[in-house]
Amino acid sequence: MARFGAAVVLIAVTAAIVGPWLVPFDPTTQELSLRLTGPSALHWFGLDELGRDIFSRVLSGARTSLLVALVVVVVSSTFGVLVGSIAGYCGGWIDEGVGRLIDILLAFPGLLLTIALVAALGPSLANIVFALSLIGWVSYAKLVRAETLRARELEFVEAARALGATTSRILLRHVIPTTLPAVIVQATLGMGGVILAEASLSFLGLGVQPPTPSWGTMLNDGRGHLLDAPHLTIFPGVAIAVLVLGFNFLGDGLRDVLDPATRQQL
Amino acid sequence: MTRFLVRRLVVTVPVVLGVATLVFTLVHLIPGDPAQVMLGEAAAEEDVAELRARLGLDRPLLEQYGVFLSGVVGGDLGVSLRTGEPVVDTIVDRLPATLELTVAAMFVAVGVAIPLGIFAAVRRGTLADFGATTLALAGVSIPNFWLGPLLAIVFAVELGWLPVSGRGTLAHLVLPAVTLGTGLAAILARMTRAALIEELRKPYVQAARARGASRTRVVLRHVLPNSLIPIVTLVGLQCGVVLSGAVVTETIFAWPGIGRLLIQSIGFRDYPMVQGCVLLIALIYVGVNLVVDLTYGLLDPRIRYT
Repeated sequence: MARFGAAVVLIAVTAAIVGPWLVPFDPTTQELSLRLTGPSALHWFGLDELGRDIFSRVLSGARTSLLVALVVVVVSSTFGVLVGSIAGYCGGWIDEGVGRLIDILLAFPGLLLTIALVAALGPSLANIVFALSLIGWVSYAKLVRAETLRARELEFVEAARALGATTSRILLRHVIPTTLPAVIVQATLGMGGVILAEASLSFLGLGVQPPTPSWGTMLNDGRGHLLDAPHLTIFPGVAIAVLVLGFNFLGDGLRDVLDPATRQQL
Repeated sequence: MTRFLVRRLVVTVPVVLGVATLVFTLVHLIPGDPAQVMLGEAAAEEDVAELRARLGLDRPLLEQYGVFLSGVVGGDLGVSLRTGEPVVDTIVDRLPATLELTVAAMFVAVGVAIPLGIFAAVRRGTLADFGATTLALAGVSIPNFWLGPLLAIVFAVELGWLPVSGRGTLAHLVLPAVTLGTGLAAILARMTRAALIEELRKPYVQAARARGASRTRVVLRHVLPNSLIPIVTLVGLQCGVVLSGAVVTETIFAWPGIGRLLIQSIGFRDYPMVQGCVLLIALIYVGVNLVVDLTYGLLDPRIRYT
């Protein structure tokens, strides 16, 4: 299953990078006379209500989704790892303060807080990335804090401390690397979560704005044509489900490799 | 138990205060003048000034914060900019619909997930287990805003068995509840399977089997109750996800709950209503987490004393 996940992710990434140059149609070009036409040899996924090629838009949407997911995961995991490791290693009031902040942010359902933030800041790609990162770091910080509490008692960390290594050196060279396997698993699963969140926001009209192609926006546009042109809804939906499933399979596979204790369970 | 309850309640206070502070901050995150944004660029200066004064945005920030907090405590969240109705009244009108949908989705999820998780755990490593776990992972990956319309096409439009949208009868509840419950069912099935596998390894299981207890009896009477803590934790934690998901599901099925109200209010830039909806959903979530924690004490008495 992990191989299937890796293959799906690889295909999606390749398609997102090179796809838009290979498809014969621009994702924003309109052929109004052919609007809502179903799949054909020329237009594999058919055309939408403005006569735009859905296959080209699905590929461009992949680029949007993967880009948002990558930026959010990199920003939130980097920040979360730093905050979690400092809180876990230093303890005291820093740990107490970070713990309270994590409790407060976790008291909000993630998507709700994202919706609220985007509603305040205004719908745009940059604001989605900002809002998702602002919430995303919390789960990484919580995970890394717990891993750091375990790691700081390890012998090689004590040895580094005894040799007079500075806190930043101990964290960067010894503690954080031990937390990375768990972070990598979380980040892989997180990619799927961010893709779903971005699509949900775009579906609600709070995400990527037209004419930029986004799977969530495409699904929202297709709602009005569920009966007469279901292909508007089917293809972007399948794209989201398959890519998220790919990341979930890959994340599960990585967990099996990096955290063998759970191999027999999940 | 009383000490455990009091201690847990005390820990909740700063979280509630933090949630209220974050909701208060939302209006101040609006770029530019919030009153101008709410009324639109074309609004007259005197209307903007009037709204600014009505919302208290012309007062010092600390004073605004104090007024907001006292309003939260006193159940006064201001009035809707769109309807002029008190925010709390509108939310209270919509609350039953959201709670009905959330509880129904939870029932769907638990009703599907626990049997599926048990089925996969007792047949671990078989093709049936593989099928069940793959199904669960697929359930996590399918967006509810895609599943909902597909279910509506099949069961409402093609088969005509269920209404496509609105609220009223039990039949209206089925499609939204299934749509909202599927994601949770998938996560819960995975957790149930993992918790049961962990528990099935323990010596008391072999002991019970050696005494002649059937496999069904061992699983249902001994293993399942002992696996409940992670399952209850997950149900509690996922309550927030289900409430968030309700925002999308209510929009798809025109379900007249708080989620739909929130999205409509965002469209109308009715920020007092947006604040009210966000605050209420977050407080429900905090409340459910508190209940989950207290439930631990009932499920496992050792937790009360730690």
